[in-house]
Amino acid sequence: MAWRRRGAGHPGGAALAARQLRFWLTNYRRTWRGSIYSGVLSPVLYLAAMGVGLGAIVDARHPAGLGGVSYAAFLAPGLMAAQAMQTAMEESTYPVFGSVKWLKTYQAAAATPLRPADLFHGHLLFTALRLAMNACVFLAVMAAFGTIRSAWALACVPGAVLTGLAFAAPVEAFTVTRTRDSSFTMLFRFGMIPLFLFSGTFFPVTQLPAVIRPPAYLTPLWHGVALCRSLSLGAAGLAGSAAHVGYLAGVAGAGLAAGRVTYRRRLHA
Amino acid sequence: MADPDILIRARGLTKVFGGSVAVDGIDFELRRGEVFGFLGPNGAGKSSTMRMIGCVSPPSAGELTVLGLDPVRDGPAIRARLGVVPQEDTLDVELTVRENLLVYGRYFGLRRDVIAERTARLLDFVQLADRAGDQVEPLSGGMKRRLTIARSLISEPEILLLDEPTTGLDPQARHVVWDRLYRLKQGGVTLVLTTHYMDEAEQLCDRLVVMDRGRIVAQGTPRDLIAAYSSPEVLELRFPVGEQEQAAEKLADVPADRTEVLADRVLLYSADGEATLAEVRRRGLEPATTLVRRGTLEDVFLRLTGRRLED
Repeated sequence: MAWRRRGAGHPGGAALAARQLRFWLTNYRRTWRGSIYSGVLSPVLYLAAMGVGLGAIVDARHPAGLGGVSYAAFLAPGLMAAQAMQTAMEESTYPVFGSVKWLKTYQAAAATPLRPADLFHGHLLFTALRLAMNACVFLAVMAAFGTIRSAWALACVPGAVLTGLAFAAPVEAFTVTRTRDSSFTMLFRFGMIPLFLFSGTFFPVTQLPAVIRPPAYLTPLWHGVALCRSLSLGAAGLAGSAAHVGYLAGVAGAGLAAGRVTYRRRLHA
Repeated sequence: MADPDILIRARGLTKVFGGSVAVDGIDFELRRGEVFGFLGPNGAGKSSTMRMIGCVSPPSAGELTVLGLDPVRDGPAIRARLGVVPQEDTLDVELTVRENLLVYGRYFGLRRDVIAERTARLLDFVQLADRAGDQVEPLSGGMKRRLTIARSLISEPEILLLDEPTTGLDPQARHVVWDRLYRLKQGGVTLVLTTHYMDEAEQLCDRLVVMDRGRIVAQGTPRDLIAAYSSPEVLELRFPVGEQEQAAEKLADVPADRTEVLADRVLLYSADGEATLAEVRRRGLEPATTLVRRGTLEDVFLRLTGRRLED
């Protein structure tokens, strides 16, 4: 519906969303330096400390490795998916909240031909672009650390983008309903950090007590981690990958549908 | 639509938020080239009306046509032809003055060279040409307002909507904004504005509606409204603290069209203020201060609603 082309002379949804994407790109020209830390430095630091440092201890205890690979090779693709979650959460909370609450630039844009859904789609496009950039950098860092085991690792880039969107779309749909920013601290503390630690990034979910394994398998991050890891290690099967992609796309799609409603309610009250 | 010069037409236009009625079935028409005002106190429903005209708030009931189109179905097409100056500043304070116009121009699908050319012209018009490369944040309230006006004009709109364009500005900054709006009016731009300043409405509006509690209580030209609901002159009397009540009783038989006793002063409406003042003095009353002035829209509002505009 939202992407349907309107009558002659009127731009379609894709063109309108692209206008909002250009706003975020203009904005990014001012803030990109700050994003270098999370994009480049953080993968290097994590892989050095946990992959190489901690990995030396893990690998010494398990000479056969985790599923036959070094701890660094096991960890790296998991971190890539986790980084995608982190980037998505960053991008879909404060920048969106600031636009609707502090700067009110969303209200300004809503008075132009852009519809609330165009603003939502435009920001998701920008988020996808940032996710792709970060994933490419992460892949290069992985290559430098020698943790890539298969050419399929290239497919980790779209895999990480999809993982990120499975967070960005629903979180952004939620953010735009908020009138105070205190919700985000809760979201980070009780949402993102437990997921980061227990969704299979640092150790297989099979290490968890049996009772909390099922919820771990339901988190989008676990699917993202499993997808990226199997691709990077050259162990991806068609059925398994399709299930992960389908699950992540389902969550992202539900967030997309919700966000179109919440954006409209907030901006066209 | 039959008459192409009617740009906006509302019939029984209503907006309900939750259980409360913000706009309660109003009718009005806007004609091409005129400056049309909504005058009323805070909470009268002016901003809600403006948001419905601006196609960012769907009407709850009634009919609304803007530029011959339906705001619910054709919102983007209508908004492409409107300029909006919202009540609250919505500038991107992290960008420069020029970048604000660039970003906004792109929302209308304008090419970069078109935006650059208009930006130069518009910043000149709102007297901000020398601040083009500056951040928006440190600009004064008056400058931000003028920048918002420039931004609203980047798409060369057919109708400019201004919601309380000078609220919160100091008197000098208000006069600069009025001067710019007056120039736009002279240039034939169709303006719709809301205000709770009667002087703003009197100076700028060709025609206005007086709103109170979601309803239109009167409409016409400022001159007609004053003629209909006020008197040519108004005598204002202030009495020393505590003496007003007593004085008001003695004033009861002074010949005047009408008498209003406010908290701080008494107003006597008549054709000849000086003659009325002489009558007051003949009764042995000596007010602390006296003022004879002409009738204003403030008096119209007081007459129609029993309350004052600015409180």
